[in-house]
Amino acid sequence: MGALPLFFRLMAASISGQARYPASALLLTIGQFLGTGIEVIAVWALFHRFGEVQGWRIGEVALFYGLVNCMFAIADALGRGFDVLGTEFLRTGTFDRLLLRPRPLALQLMGHDVRISRLGRLLQGLVVLVFATVQVGIAWTPGTVALALFALAGGIALFLGILVLQGTLSFWTVESLEIANVLTYGGVQAAQYPLALYAQWFRRVLTFIVPLACVAYYPALAILGKPDPLGAPAWVGMVSPLAGFAFLAAAFGAWRIGLRHYASTGS
Amino acid sequence: MSPRDLLRPYAAAFASRFIQMLQYRTAALAGFATQCWWGGIKVMVFAAFYGGSAMAGAAPSMSLAQAITYTWLAQGLLVLLPWLGDPEVAQAVRTGAVAYDRLRPVDAYALWFARSAGWIAARLLPRVALMATFAGGVLPLAGLGEWAWQLPPSVVAGMAFVLSVGLALLLSTAMVMLLNVAVTAALNERGISAVATPVVIVFSGNLLPLALLPDAWQPALLVQPLAGLFDIPARLYFGRLSGWHGLAGLALQCFWIVVLVALGRAAMRRTMRSLQVQGG
Repeated sequence: MGALPLFFRLMAASISGQARYPASALLLTIGQFLGTGIEVIAVWALFHRFGEVQGWRIGEVALFYGLVNCMFAIADALGRGFDVLGTEFLRTGTFDRLLLRPRPLALQLMGHDVRISRLGRLLQGLVVLVFATVQVGIAWTPGTVALALFALAGGIALFLGILVLQGTLSFWTVESLEIANVLTYGGVQAAQYPLALYAQWFRRVLTFIVPLACVAYYPALAILGKPDPLGAPAWVGMVSPLAGFAFLAAAFGAWRIGLRHYASTGS
Repeated sequence: MSPRDLLRPYAAAFASRFIQMLQYRTAALAGFATQCWWGGIKVMVFAAFYGGSAMAGAAPSMSLAQAITYTWLAQGLLVLLPWLGDPEVAQAVRTGAVAYDRLRPVDAYALWFARSAGWIAARLLPRVALMATFAGGVLPLAGLGEWAWQLPPSVVAGMAFVLSVGLALLLSTAMVMLLNVAVTAALNERGISAVATPVVIVFSGNLLPLALLPDAWQPALLVQPLAGLFDIPARLYFGRLSGWHGLAGLALQCFWIVVLVALGRAAMRRTMRSLQVQGG
């Protein structure tokens, strides 16, 4: 079996396993929907009180918010294996079993535990995207749809890269460290507002180190047809999602170094 | 028996859990780093919203400096939020160790209450201290004075705040006890906490100061029990509630503690009657 069919087979197995407990899967999905949706209340309440923020309207911010949540929902479902690598694979020694299989390691981990419940966050992000469309009248032409999908792919790659780095770290710590939440959940939190609101050093971090702005802020500006208040030219948004793929490639580079460092803990 | 002897087992349960939880230093530090990042983002977002000078009148109930201090307070007091039952109770139920607790010649509710309070307090104190050092000490020294955690306006406000946080601890424990009983009955806490967490985050004021939510909701937001976990202490801190209003705030916290403890006792009595001990 080729690598890709194998990945889909693993994914299907994981999903059908959860589907054996439909009530539990449904409740967890609803929980994700509500739990991730409360941020909407914060954003809405702030706009309700202040009207706008430095010239940004709620519909525009909703576009950032929706895009980022969709990206993270998909990456989180695919990257679960890297997320729990330390606790579920390294500490127990089951990682050796994955290494013995003549199939790509990353695909085995990505197909390991594809969570149905992440649909809750995805759905929430899509609802917000619809709201954004209605609120500011986004014209979904083939061009903007393609750009949105490109940004989405870049964002998935970026968040997956963060999870891969988290997994890489656990080759040294032999446990899954919560500190990566700063970049995953914290990244979602940061990227759901326009970059222009933040202090300069933080904008640089989000552009050049963890390029969240490249997959959310700049493409969204291009979709909205809004000039960047910080002065970046309009074409930036068309190419910047590539930074997400570059981040993922770099993360896999680090992953290979970690893998070489790996020594089994099992018996 | 003197009252002191009567209280001794509960005090011991509190102290032992408190000391045990203080051992988890790495967890506290990791949580602290996450909370600093979180707080930093919130502070920047608040600054942006308050930044428009035309908006100055939009939030008469809270200034930017107060919103920032509120954010750091909320991060420091995060573990006061009851989104999880005490994991030790859940484990005792799952393994059957709960049978030992039933055999002890003490009040079962009070014993668990003391333990859960110790569990919360031990995670609370180091985090508040770290957050105060960071947001009240390090940030001003780093030249970010306008992002710093400000002191309360008066000594009285500060004392009222400390008293109110103490009550919030009891209130939180009363809610954790309800979760504990629910876990005992359902043997599974994931579903319960999935529903409880969003509600708690919004209505305690942790997500956003309750004063910044729409004005029309304010009376309802203030009297609901979750406001006593964080928003009422914060209002006392800023002197927004003072004098008789401050006392009323404290009384409201006490009222909800009494109600929730009574509810928890009743629920526990019912659950314990039908409890099946697991394990062998």
